[in-house]
Amino acid sequence: MISFQNVTKTYGKNSIALENVSFKIEPKEFVSIVGRSGAGKSTIIKLLVGEEKPTSGRVFLNSCEVNKLKYSQMPLYRRQIGIIFQDFRLLNGKNIFENIAFALEVEGRPQKEINEFVPQILELVGLNDKLYRFPYELSGGEKQRVAIARAMINQPEVIIADEPTGNLDPFNTWEIIKLLMKLNEMGSTIILATHNKEVINTLGHRVITLDQGKIIRDEEHGRFVLTN
Amino acid sequence: MFLTLSRIIKYGIKNFLRNGWLSTATIAVMFLALFVLQSLMVFNVVAKTAVTSVQNKIDISVYFKSDAPEDQILGLKKSLEGLSEVEKVSYVSQDQALTEFKAQHADNAVVSQAIQELGANPLLASLNIKAYDPKEYSAIAAYLNNDSLSALIDKVTYAQNQTVIERLISIVDNAKRGGVALTIVIAIIAILVAFNTIRLAIYSNRDSIEIMRLVGASNNFIRGPYIIEGVLYGILAGVLSFAVAIPLISYISPHVINFIPEMNLQTYLAANFVRLLGYQLLFGIALGIFSSFIAVRRYLQV
Repeated sequence: MISFQNVTKTYGKNSIALENVSFKIEPKEFVSIVGRSGAGKSTIIKLLVGEEKPTSGRVFLNSCEVNKLKYSQMPLYRRQIGIIFQDFRLLNGKNIFENIAFALEVEGRPQKEINEFVPQILELVGLNDKLYRFPYELSGGEKQRVAIARAMINQPEVIIADEPTGNLDPFNTWEIIKLLMKLNEMGSTIILATHNKEVINTLGHRVITLDQGKIIRDEEHGRFVLTN
Repeated sequence: MFLTLSRIIKYGIKNFLRNGWLSTATIAVMFLALFVLQSLMVFNVVAKTAVTSVQNKIDISVYFKSDAPEDQILGLKKSLEGLSEVEKVSYVSQDQALTEFKAQHADNAVVSQAIQELGANPLLASLNIKAYDPKEYSAIAAYLNNDSLSALIDKVTYAQNQTVIERLISIVDNAKRGGVALTIVIAIIAILVAFNTIRLAIYSNRDSIEIMRLVGASNNFIRGPYIIEGVLYGILAGVLSFAVAIPLISYISPHVINFIPEMNLQTYLAANFVRLLGYQLLFGIALGIFSSFIAVRRYLQV
């Protein structure tokens, strides 16, 4: 479903973010990408989201070659994936309802559907009492749950989470991870970039380990090991 | 399509209201910019009227010798009218000059008595020449300074007034040129200030714009609400600046009339009400849309 084929990404001449990286992710997999800061986790995600283009190599989502998408094709492509960020990235000028509704509005979905779906999804993440609050009124954990609700509302095949627990305490971290696991059970492919050792070791799913832009380990039931 | 448009408008208005302070500050700056532009427009009208008023006061007169035959004077009038530089030539005969003189001094017993005692008409027939452009007077004067005409002509006033006319010409020219330059400079400053204010307002939204791109929003859907906001800024600032201008113009109008009798700002305002308001709105809206469009574009790179 997702495949990276000999992908290299350099910034400038001397800064190599990814070097000849290849891997495949099957539908409904739950894959963690681990590594130190600067190992290339975020670069993989940026390439997959189309925020950056690879210096060489190809990136596929299904039959779609992401590195060849034009600027004007990006919006349509991005609607197939749900993205969750470390810093939540909610729209501060909109309330919670509008933040989630936005993901449906960009697709031009009718208001009736939006009014029906948004409260449902907020119930799923346990925030149905905060519909009309603004992001600044929520805690970090709550914000991230809103972000997850936004990422999943249009039922994307893939959900990409870039350090989603990086700014959260252990309790909220587990809440978020449990939600991601639930989404995976419901049929979404999950890609989780993290450097949280406990999370990885408890999940027991596939782990791709990066170091200095290269894949040094790719194990079916991986553990968080960074020492060589 | 309609759904998207209505959502864009809805969010534009919502954002505008939610960012109350930012909107107020932006409108205040745009108001100042539009007010300056409006003042320039009115100033230009006043300056133009003043310049025309001065220009209309410049003319030259040719006085004919008292024995100059009238048909020759009229012949000269005709040939002067044939010149492309000349706008108008009016003939004042000796009798007319006397009647006018008498009328002017009707209440001065000494003058009327003196004329009566004189018997003969002491005044000369004259042609009053008005040129389209004050610069042409020297050419016209040269045309009149012709040997074949010297038998007819007593004097041409140009010679006496030459320095005054030339000075007036240079004042008028400088006023025109200075007015244009001043208008352009101030207008550019006003537009840039308004433009930058809107850019700053949108700069504070740059993260949101990026997020919207990543969530898969099309550029129009992202840009739309900001442009609606820009339109709202423009409309409100335009109406506000016009609302402030009306009492101000009414207030200064009598003072302007003192200087330039031809310039009645209140009648001008009444006659051009819709046009002036229309300009304000058009300018405000165009400025709002343009600024928003440019400002958002920068953050749509992702």
